[in-house]
Amino acid sequence: MEQKKLAIIATKGTLDWGYPPFILGSTAAALGYEVEIFFTFYGLQLLKKDLDHLRVTPLGNPGMPMPGGMEKWMPVLVTALPGMEAMMTSMMKKQMAAKGVASLTELRELSQEAEVRFIACNMTVELFDMNPSEFIDGIELAGAARFFEFAGDADICMYM
Amino acid sequence: MADFDDELDASGLNCPLPILRAKKALAALDSGKVLHIIATDPGSVKDFEAFSKQTGNELMESKEEGGKFHFLIKKA
Repeated sequence: MEQKKLAIIATKGTLDWGYPPFILGSTAAALGYEVEIFFTFYGLQLLKKDLDHLRVTPLGNPGMPMPGGMEKWMPVLVTALPGMEAMMTSMMKKQMAAKGVASLTELRELSQEAEVRFIACNMTVELFDMNPSEFIDGIELAGAARFFEFAGDADICMYM
Repeated sequence: MADFDDELDASGLNCPLPILRAKKALAALDSGKVLHIIATDPGSVKDFEAFSKQTGNELMESKEEGGKFHFLIKKA
């Protein structure tokens, strides 16, 4: 049986949305898929060596559950108050640790160990004046055509 | 529970860690050897069935005992 292929485009740079690319990428690799993840725009944040800067925000996210069901009555403007983002990020991290959810760093390492390939979008790296030395090792810098070289033959393609 | 050659305790770990750890543990085993996995994530029951189907590593046993899930997987 020919090896299946999964292509993922990771576009988001928040603590919560950092999970899907690494969870699905590492799991697919464990199932025998060949996997490539193309990181573009805010998704590039997921490639930085230290991921402590990633945040989760309740602002503009009515679907985010809060302790005690606060989200049902809390005015949207309150979620914009200074400190809210830091508080929600800290609570999310605690909750994840309590529930045995892996850290992003761990999932990223497991993905790389399983030979998931990471590609950083060259154009957005330049657009944001990012220095590739800020990224973890093993990242390929390339463009959209390079992505399609793999995605064109992929069995599954996901945009996240 | 039948005999096994290696054991992996994935208690307290959530999706997808039990599968990822099991994959790594299986990689270290020779073909035909059996891995015993212990997990507490209820989702792992269906996940290990799916893992077995897709990787060809046989799921010999899957049961719940004492609030934990036990799996025996034979390396293909």
